[in-house]
Amino acid sequence: MTSEFAVELRDVVKRFVTPEGNEIAAVDHVTMQIKNGEFFSMLGSSGCGKTTSLRMIAGFEWTTEGEVYIEGNPMGHTPPFQRKVNTVFQSYALFQHMTVFQNIAFGLEMEGAKEDEIKQRVGRALEMVQLTGMERRKPKQLSGGQQQRVAVARALVKTPDVLLLDEPLGALDLKLRKEMQLELKALQQQLGITFIYVTHDQEEALTMSDRIAVMSNGRVQQIGTPVEIYERPSNKFVADFIGESNFLDGQIKSLSKDEAQVFIPALNTELRGIPISQGLVKGEDVVVSIRPEKIRITEKNAKNDNFFKAKVTNTVYIGADTHVYTESQGVKIKVLEQNHISRLDTSSFYTVGQEVGLVLMPENTLVLKKV
Amino acid sequence: MLKRLRENKSAQGTLLALPTTFWMFILLIIPLILTAIVSFGKRSPDGNVIYTFSLDNYIRLIGISSDCPAGQTTCFNPLYVQILWRSLTLAFNSTVLVIMLAYPLAYFIARSHPNRRTTFLFMVLIPLWTNFVIRVYAWMMLLRKEGAINAVLGWVAHLLHINFVPLEMLYTPGAVLVGMVYEFLPFMILPIYTSLEKIDNSLYEAAADLGANPFRTFLRVTLPLSMPGVVAGTILVFIPVMGTFIVSDLLGGKQVILIGNLIQRQFLDARDPAFGSASSLILMVMTLIVTYFYTRKFGFGEEIVAA
Ligand SMILES: Nc1ncnc2c1ncn2[C@@H]1O[C@H](COP(=O)(O)OP(=O)(O)O)[C@@H](O)[C@H]1O
Ligand SMILES: [Mg+2]
Repeated sequence: MTSEFAVELRDVVKRFVTPEGNEIAAVDHVTMQIKNGEFFSMLGSSGCGKTTSLRMIAGFEWTTEGEVYIEGNPMGHTPPFQRKVNTVFQSYALFQHMTVFQNIAFGLEMEGAKEDEIKQRVGRALEMVQLTGMERRKPKQLSGGQQQRVAVARALVKTPDVLLLDEPLGALDLKLRKEMQLELKALQQQLGITFIYVTHDQEEALTMSDRIAVMSNGRVQQIGTPVEIYERPSNKFVADFIGESNFLDGQIKSLSKDEAQVFIPALNTELRGIPISQGLVKGEDVVVSIRPEKIRITEKNAKNDNFFKAKVTNTVYIGADTHVYTESQGVKIKVLEQNHISRLDTSSFYTVGQEVGLVLMPENTLVLKKV
Repeated sequence: MLKRLRENKSAQGTLLALPTTFWMFILLIIPLILTAIVSFGKRSPDGNVIYTFSLDNYIRLIGISSDCPAGQTTCFNPLYVQILWRSLTLAFNSTVLVIMLAYPLAYFIARSHPNRRTTFLFMVLIPLWTNFVIRVYAWMMLLRKEGAINAVLGWVAHLLHINFVPLEMLYTPGAVLVGMVYEFLPFMILPIYTSLEKIDNSLYEAAADLGANPFRTFLRVTLPLSMPGVVAGTILVFIPVMGTFIVSDLLGGKQVILIGNLIQRQFLDARDPAFGSASSLILMVMTLIVTYFYTRKFGFGEEIVAA
């Protein structure tokens, strides 16, 4: 390993000319550094440029601007068959005219491996993905999940430095997807190979990844660990995209080194002692973001900081949690309460129209720049 | 009645196949049976058929002749065996040549920009708008001693001050081969194109990803996946080449007589329908045998329709 980073994108831009003749930037000045042995995910909704980014790493597309580095080496126009990365395709792209064995052996044959070695390595790869005994089947004779495993085995048998996976579980049903998530994660930890994983499913990304790049419109919005991304989203887009958030428009009243006082005009309330992380200035218009599970419901007349009254407009019981929808002076706020105790006693439910107090815990409240 | 039909899928199938089955019966099965019956008959002196059961026509076809030099009652005359063999080798050679020409072209069309493919396919089909016979005539104009090709060659030779004797191209086996290849090329291009066009781009990418350079990708992925098209095209080309007589008639003259010409002459010139019928059946049986062994090995290229 010559470099600290397995893969690095430096200021990469990819422009396409659409059939209508417009030029679009599918990837727009993206910079990311993926460490050796890391499970790294690119997360974003459809069309945000995840696949294009991955394809530039694999070598199926070339950058318009910027450069892709693999193990510290600039890739330039290096063709895919000369890059030490392998891809698990979204559609699997298995060779239908070959058996499972032949599919997995293909990459080894291209390396010029000897027959004995091929047999042995294919055998091990099949074991790894639990497909021993399926060697002689054709891909059409396998279930979707099995085909997916063949695709993984075919790529991993090459012992690449980096494995690229483009929504590899997208075609599987939910239960199988959850199983495969854990299996892939275990495989990655066991092999110590860098995984770059593309998904639009935030739960999947949070479950599997060491770090996540949240993308939108061809740009990286934030790169961080799952906890950082969920607990400390760096802007409103990320706070909204990952999990749920209540947003309140506000204005910075006063500012100390690491805390702010924010006035919320709609509620006619001042929130105090809210931690800040980035360069905000006094008087600036901001957005206060708070997760539904981080709001406490109290007595309507409680005496607390960062407290205001609200009216329950609806409650939804969903087993593990209860969603409580409230409204305060026209501002809708969603609260999520865990059902610690059995709610068989109906008197413990909130009733519609009931007046309650809401407390925003300062340490769980974020001040974000208005974008 | 109608309701039951709506629920019964197999009855629907039978009903849909009925008109074709009817026509096939009238126009194929019955004539075939008649041909078989006639083939066992004899030629009457005035050119009619005497219905008997005689194997004479078949015996004559495999080369045992009764028309012998004085003193012999039977002798070996390889004429018809030669004709059969010539037809078989010509059909084989034409098919191989057609594949070699059609594949690169189909590949080129399949990999060209989607907007242009229609134009290219259109160009492949344009010659088919002209009558088959006229297209063969056009080749006569080109290949004749005073034809276009010799004219160009003569002109070049004149410029280079070389003595030029016009080439004898028409009425040679080569001319027939050229004609066959030209006539049946589109029937190979289209199925190969169809099977190439179906190959998902991600398969090429997967091969490259696994370390295959473009050449090995072609050998290991493209070629095997396009085989159904080659197989289908082979069937579409080989069978008609075996039976066609117009090309050999016009471009081969008396030099290149194929089984098709033999059959045609028996019916029209020699007025021996019995022998003509026997020849037809032999052609059919030969084609069936070749096709049978071929498809047993390679299939019908049905994937091209199914996938
Ligand atoms: N070959 C291409 N030609 C033109 N536009 C493309 C091409 N590939 C991708 N795009 C466009 O680039 C954008 C990003 O696509 P993609 O990377 O596939 O997004 P994602 O994988 O995140 O869904 C989309 O708007 C898509 O339409
Ligand atoms: Mg994608």
